[in-house]
Amino acid sequence: MHMHKYEKIWLFFGIGSLFVFLAVLGVGAFAQGTQPPSCLTTIDPEKVDQTPPFDKPGLVKTGDNEYQLNIVASAFAYTPNQVEIPKGAKVTINVATKDVIHGFEMAGTNVNMMVEPGYVSSYTQTFNKVGEYVILCNEYCGAGHHLMTAKVKVVEQ
Amino acid sequence: MMNGTWKVDARDGKLAMAHIYVAFVALALGGLAGLLQVLVRSGKFELPAGISYYTILTTHGVLLGLVLTTFFIIGFQFAAVSRTAGTLSDRTRFWGWVGFWLMTIGTAITAFYILIGEASVLYTFYAPLQAHAGFYIGLTLVVVGSWISGFAMFAHYAKWKKAHPGQVSPLLTFMSVVNMVLWLICSLGVAATVLFQLIPWSLGYVDRINVLVSRTLFWYFGHPLVYFWLLPAYMIWYAIIPKIIGGKMFSDSLARMSFILFLIFSIPVGFHHQLVEPGIDPAWKYLQVVLTFMVVIPSLMTAFSMFATFEMYGRSKGATGLFGWLRKLPWGDARFFAPFIGMLFFIPAGAGGLVNASHQLNQVVHNTIWVTGHFHLTLATTVVLTFFGAAYWLIPHLTGRVMTKAMNRLAIIQTIVWSIGMIFMSSAMHFAGLLGAPRRSAFSTYGDAPQALEWIPYQIAQAVGGTILFIGIILVLIIVTNLAFFAPKGETEFPVAEVAEQAERTPLVFENWKLWIGIAVVLILIAYTVPFIDMIQNAPPGSKGFKLW
Repeated sequence: MHMHKYEKIWLFFGIGSLFVFLAVLGVGAFAQGTQPPSCLTTIDPEKVDQTPPFDKPGLVKTGDNEYQLNIVASAFAYTPNQVEIPKGAKVTINVATKDVIHGFEMAGTNVNMMVEPGYVSSYTQTFNKVGEYVILCNEYCGAGHHLMTAKVKVVEQ
Repeated sequence: MMNGTWKVDARDGKLAMAHIYVAFVALALGGLAGLLQVLVRSGKFELPAGISYYTILTTHGVLLGLVLTTFFIIGFQFAAVSRTAGTLSDRTRFWGWVGFWLMTIGTAITAFYILIGEASVLYTFYAPLQAHAGFYIGLTLVVVGSWISGFAMFAHYAKWKKAHPGQVSPLLTFMSVVNMVLWLICSLGVAATVLFQLIPWSLGYVDRINVLVSRTLFWYFGHPLVYFWLLPAYMIWYAIIPKIIGGKMFSDSLARMSFILFLIFSIPVGFHHQLVEPGIDPAWKYLQVVLTFMVVIPSLMTAFSMFATFEMYGRSKGATGLFGWLRKLPWGDARFFAPFIGMLFFIPAGAGGLVNASHQLNQVVHNTIWVTGHFHLTLATTVVLTFFGAAYWLIPHLTGRVMTKAMNRLAIIQTIVWSIGMIFMSSAMHFAGLLGAPRRSAFSTYGDAPQALEWIPYQIAQAVGGTILFIGIILVLIIVTNLAFFAPKGETEFPVAEVAEQAERTPLVFENWKLWIGIAVVLILIAYTVPFIDMIQNAPPGSKGFKLW
């Protein structure tokens, strides 16, 4: 099919930059390991409270400056809802829900995941900046959705 | 080929107008719900009588995202196929009416359950939140009605093809068929979750629901849905705008190719709405991200084609210099001005869409109000302004009236009001979203968190923008009512552009449906089979229903 010369140039640069962009995303994902949060671990949504590590939610030290933060989401609260994290800590955040779908967004960071019944959602983040971050539910979960919140303080060691 | 004075048959016009009336009633009510939302979100206003913010939100989403769009599109397409492939047969028109009534009754049932507060599950269902079965049944009727209308259009197209063997079909008819094929393939997903999961579960026949499967089936439909909205706008840009400005179409084959590319690449991409969900392997997410980006190609082609048409026209009127042709365009004609402004808004809208669909960037903006800002640029500006621009000739054409100078002026003002309102509202949404403000949430300061307090000025700007947009809705309703009932009687043209002389002949391969639908099916199977099997084999215990509103 015939195409105008200018259109060929336009499509060449357009599609070319598209592939450059996709390559950047792909290298970030597969060579540098910056994958979106995802976890294939399943859990019985009705037994979250009895299933480790969610039977004892909270911050657990797992290594030198490495932590696990296990949080239970339910309508309309996170347990625990106040956490202190030492500055520079590498934290793997695991969240599970006891009822409906919730969101888990730590505003101002890259921590942002969906929490769905039956699955554990995980993401690892290093906290290098001292400060207070708000965690909020960003996926509609019912009448109290906008009241569902928690707080993380990153403090000097 | 087609004579410019051809008129849509009065009986077909009535069918098209029935759809358009419902669409604009939905605009009025859904717009009011939108106004209430931005006011609540400013923190300065509370809904009276214990009405829930989330009921209003569900109403706004369903009426504007589903009813306004689907009804306008089907009405417009019936008029377009009747105009370009000849008057509908009595049988086809009968089935068009059956589709219309099923959709209307379904909408009424759904609206009823939303308004009595039995279905505050928003627009995307959110299982295991469980609405009244009536809500899902109503939506099923809407989808089934739209399928019947789609088959009526296919039958009309088939009849034309039989009467014109070996010929390329009229462009607008071809495009309508592509759009309905896309709709049919993608709505199979939502039909599957509603029929096999949500209805039996909401009626109590089964106890539990697999949430991830229901979401995956929903998003299999949920992204192509936005192309179902966008393609009619492209139909108007490609095939009608050139005629309105007095020029010719740049190329018929390129237009067809871009539609085929949309058909192929719009469906196997639903995972980009699920990038931060558990239960899907990131490698499969990345594959769908790559496929999502392929729709950039037909969009780039469309942009080139449009501006080539504008430039060719301007130069034929003696424009000189690099951008001199811009001045020759008919800026005072609302039929051109409204869609053109829509096209301009599509540039930032498309760029934002690339951010949303990116494997990792999405994480910064997922479910923040940035996303709401994004689709208020695409759907609520690009598509809606194009539909308004089309209504300015389509309604008087169908009702045998003419648009007066005064109404044209009001329509120009309407477009400007819409643009100003949207710049306020959408920019505020984009900025607040980058700071972390969530979407789909009532007003909250999250325990007076300092971060959340930063978002409030933006939410006030959203309320200002939303209020201006509501004024825009009132203006367009005035124009539409005038055109339908009060404008002076007369003849208005249904403009259909001719192809430029230097354009190449259109190859028949574009109408090889077995080939294109086959490719689409193969891509869907590649993108979905393995992750879907995994979701079922590796399924957690299902969820019971919850009613938390």
